[in-house]
Amino acid sequence: MTTLPPEPQKKLGLVIDLDTCVGCHACAVACKEWNTQGYGAPLSDQDPYGDDPSGTWLNRIHSYEVKPEAGPAQLIHFPRSCLHCDDAPCVTVCPTGASYKRAEDGIVLVNEDACMGCGLCAWACPYGAREMDGSAGVMKKCTLCVDRIDNENLPPEDREPACVRTCPTRARHFGDLNDPESDVSKLVAARGGVDLMPEQGTRPVNKYLPPRAREAAPFSASCDAGSATQEAPVPTGRLAWLDRALARLD
Amino acid sequence: MLSRRVAKEPIVDPSPHVSDEIRKTTCYMCACRCGIDVHLVRDGEGALKVSHIEGNRDHPVNQGVLCAKGSSGLMQHRSPARLRAPLKRVGPRGSGEFEEITWEEALDMATTWLGRVRADDPKKLAFFTGRDQSQSFTSWWAQAFGTPNYAAHGGFCSVNMATAGIYTMGGAFWEFGAPDWENTKLFMIFGVAEDHDSNPIKLGLSRLKARGVKVIGVNPVRTGYNAIADEWVGITPGTDGLFVLALIHELLRRGAVDVEYLVNFTNAGWLVIDAPGTAEHGLFARVDGEPEGAALVIDRRTGKPASADDPDVRADLQGEVRLADGRRARPVFALVAERYLDDSYAPEAVEARCGVSAKTIRRIAEELHSAAFDEPVVLDRPWTDWRGRRHDKMVGRPVSVHAMRGISAHSNGFQTARAIHLMQILLGSVETPGGFRFKPPYPKPAQAHPRPHAKCSPGEPLSGPHLGFPLGPEHLCINDDGSPRRIDKAFSWDAPLSAHGLMHMVIANAAAGDPYKIDTLFLYMANMAWNSSMNTSAVMEMLTRNDGDDYVIPHIIYSDAYSSEMVAFADLILPDTTYLERHDCISLLDRPICEPDMAADAIRWPVVEPDRDVRGFQSVLLDLGARLALPGFQDGNKPRYTDYADYMVRHLRRPGVGPLAGWRGDGEGAGRGEPNPDQLERYKENGGFFTSEVPEEAAYFKPWNAAYQDWAVTMGFYDAPQPYVFQLYLEPLAKFQRAAEGHGPVTPPASKAERILETFDPLPIWYAPFGDSAGEAFPLHAITQRPAAMYHSWGSQNAWLRQIHGENPLYVPDHVADEAGLADGDWAFVISPTGRIRVPIKRTGASNPNTLWTWNAIGKRKGAWALRDGAPETTRGFLLNHLIHELLPERGDGQRWSNSDPITGQAAWFDLRVRIEKAEPPPTGRSEPDGGHQASPVGEGPLNIAVDKGSL
Repeated sequence: MTTLPPEPQKKLGLVIDLDTCVGCHACAVACKEWNTQGYGAPLSDQDPYGDDPSGTWLNRIHSYEVKPEAGPAQLIHFPRSCLHCDDAPCVTVCPTGASYKRAEDGIVLVNEDACMGCGLCAWACPYGAREMDGSAGVMKKCTLCVDRIDNENLPPEDREPACVRTCPTRARHFGDLNDPESDVSKLVAARGGVDLMPEQGTRPVNKYLPPRAREAAPFSASCDAGSATQEAPVPTGRLAWLDRALARLD
Repeated sequence: MLSRRVAKEPIVDPSPHVSDEIRKTTCYMCACRCGIDVHLVRDGEGALKVSHIEGNRDHPVNQGVLCAKGSSGLMQHRSPARLRAPLKRVGPRGSGEFEEITWEEALDMATTWLGRVRADDPKKLAFFTGRDQSQSFTSWWAQAFGTPNYAAHGGFCSVNMATAGIYTMGGAFWEFGAPDWENTKLFMIFGVAEDHDSNPIKLGLSRLKARGVKVIGVNPVRTGYNAIADEWVGITPGTDGLFVLALIHELLRRGAVDVEYLVNFTNAGWLVIDAPGTAEHGLFARVDGEPEGAALVIDRRTGKPASADDPDVRADLQGEVRLADGRRARPVFALVAERYLDDSYAPEAVEARCGVSAKTIRRIAEELHSAAFDEPVVLDRPWTDWRGRRHDKMVGRPVSVHAMRGISAHSNGFQTARAIHLMQILLGSVETPGGFRFKPPYPKPAQAHPRPHAKCSPGEPLSGPHLGFPLGPEHLCINDDGSPRRIDKAFSWDAPLSAHGLMHMVIANAAAGDPYKIDTLFLYMANMAWNSSMNTSAVMEMLTRNDGDDYVIPHIIYSDAYSSEMVAFADLILPDTTYLERHDCISLLDRPICEPDMAADAIRWPVVEPDRDVRGFQSVLLDLGARLALPGFQDGNKPRYTDYADYMVRHLRRPGVGPLAGWRGDGEGAGRGEPNPDQLERYKENGGFFTSEVPEEAAYFKPWNAAYQDWAVTMGFYDAPQPYVFQLYLEPLAKFQRAAEGHGPVTPPASKAERILETFDPLPIWYAPFGDSAGEAFPLHAITQRPAAMYHSWGSQNAWLRQIHGENPLYVPDHVADEAGLADGDWAFVISPTGRIRVPIKRTGASNPNTLWTWNAIGKRKGAWALRDGAPETTRGFLLNHLIHELLPERGDGQRWSNSDPITGQAAWFDLRVRIEKAEPPPTGRSEPDGGHQASPVGEGPLNIAVDKGSL
């Protein structure tokens, strides 16, 4: 069993806007592209051109149909990756100390040299955010692109996770969620960001911004379901509004 | 007791080496042409290998972001389906049995076939390119060759949208224009799944979301952009036009119309002659009755007709007037108001048909009204119009619209796109702040485009460009007996305004010898044996049909980079490179990548050299052109251009105007200038692209803005200012109607006259999609959507993308599934008047209640794309194409029309009507019909992949 560090001063994580995510999978592929050549073993693919292709991904997009009480079903696109929990059960369950949470910034990582591939951490994670690599036999997970965010070989603007850099709807944000003045903290406050499955007691660092109400809001308060004008007759003959408008131009 | 380990943190290198070099080029994982940074690393021998690809932050199209397709480019570049060398067919067509030959043998063979055709009868070559991004070049080759039979894929993509936009307002959606993302306050998006244009729309939506701007998605299916729209209008397919005309009814009823805009910038005041039965009925009354004269309007000061061009005349928009010759005439707007205020366009009259409640239609009209007129965008930016009037402000109506293929791919799509533009223009929201803005070199009206040309003679080039915009029946490409000159019957009475041709009809027409037989079919980058054709099984039969002596299409040459289905049906394969190994120009002469505030073009260049015996298709075409001694391709007996890169730099289309606009002449020239030998280097230094900003005063009101017109001339878009007004009423359509009544020298046969009279209405109309003629036995609609993470058939060879979209269930609305007794995972027969497929289903509550849908082009033929025979794309994947006939059912007179829009010839994919029945799972476990098997000329892909820097 492995111990968590003291509560980090800095809690790096992602804020994911479910109101804006179109489910395009850009983040998942950019993640795979960067990380297969990055931290640790490559993200392998089995039977990639065959009957049952599968592979290791650190971030996957799930699409759910949600049927509200009124109105048509909605499609919610939900990107899923490690939430870098404060009380990370994947760390405490690790028998070798391979799974650990960084004291400095709270990023949860796997030391692949110490990982024996037992899979206990994936079983302990309530979010299904860890994947055993089918080729290397070690546990893979989101590193928040630990090899990007402080990488001096990258220009400063690129020192962010690959998924954030690529997101075409800018639905993904990266920063210190322990700093109330950070952009991500302000975004969470403004938009009512939520923990995923708080009842699990994992205290995730990542936050999700819930979808805003659909169908409900007209363009402005004056556009209230067309009731005011429904009874007005269809004009015939010369249009009075047109005469007035033309007169103003004369 | 278990010991608790206190993890000793290993040291993680925060700054590992990233790459050895970054080369900036242009993506080609779909048609959007984003800028990419390609990272390269050196292998053990010092050779640069592609390691990863990310978005170019400086690029105008994608501003650094990149979609799933773009980020998986590495796997396309490494695809096992890449062709390796020229191939000659040795087995029967369709078998996929080939032998590798040398380039010299391949080019010899092509030159022999093509040379014979050119000397004998050039029209016996049909040269069609698919998702070609070099159409200004490929069309130039075809014109020099002399065949009239050239087009690209626009006819089966979005020509309705493009043509309706060009004729109405000199530009359309996507490449022609964009919403004013900064300033718009209400955005409507019609018929767009997740593509076209991919990243710019996503970036735009994110900006709207950040500002809390309302987004209304109109689409039968609620995926992608529609899933995040604030309001989803789950419309019945093919009824968008009716929905929009009901919105127009409401806008007119409320007076939600920008009258000043209509008077100044449109033909709303132009007088239309009302003289039924005469040749001039429905045409504009013109000064002195001259056909080329200025249009007449009613001058409000005098109540009499006066020239619309007289700056002192104030046009009235209603009433009527007697012309000098005694005929009655009325302003266009009077016809608009009369037509759309009619009860037949009232929300209550259309709600059942559209599947949208009258209450919703009325509310959306109210929202449009409120956004446009209660909250105008006013910029303190003076500008001068083409009449010399100075305006101290730019006032805009912040309603914007985007529409694509869901609008286009119906037999009423041209008129539907027209209806959308009419709505935008009535609101005063085109080319005004907050509205819809053109991207240079647009605006460019129909009259500034060429007319189509199709007259050919042996050994001679064609008389002019193939594609263009007819302004009346005199511009059709028909023989004296009225028969089509082109193999696809473009610009004939079947499809008079088919500005992009009808690629979807080429194989069927050639196989039928209607209007004539051809000798050689030459295709580039178009999977016509599979997902790009209607009626796929029948098309495979046509490609293999033998009349005893030979195939009915005797020669088929195909160029593709990958082992697609079409490869197996060709006789000679010219293997293309991947997009990272080639030169290309994303040219202003072609499909540009400009933004409303800037002209832009770009290049592709070989960031790595091919490791196979393949060549960029455009360079091969230059080589063939020289071997055939086509005019413009030789200097003396030597090829004029060494390769496509050389052409990109040295070719001149007009004096000073070439394929690339940047760094011309001495390196300072933008738009115009002599060829600059260093041009490509300058592009590379600048990240692979060039931009030139639209001056601030020229940024809006472009068709009428003197500053814009002058800038456009300096940039070389045209050679003199050409202001014009928007055409609410399209006189060219009235001319076709008059011809259909028998007026004028060029008239259609009786069998075609009726349909032209009905559909060529000069004001937007709605008519039921022709597919509805299937009748009550087919109560459901069936359409495809484009997944954001897949581009047509290309994605299935990509090890990463096929894990996301490896199969495509048929999505069935819950109530339809209930009635048919269908649960998730069941199989069903889907039956259309054309055929039947057996496919796996999945239930959905997020679509129009009468619409089935699936993802486009996931199904694959066994043996194609280097996939194994048991790949889910071949077992459970399927195409709807089998259900869609390229011809409409037989008419009373024994004729069959093509399944296309009657005006533009656009393929009416989404007219499809079906019914569904529960089926037993197929005994083979495979979806039906079985598309057969082809041998793979490239083998099968590897069993495992683990991409790291050591394995590149």
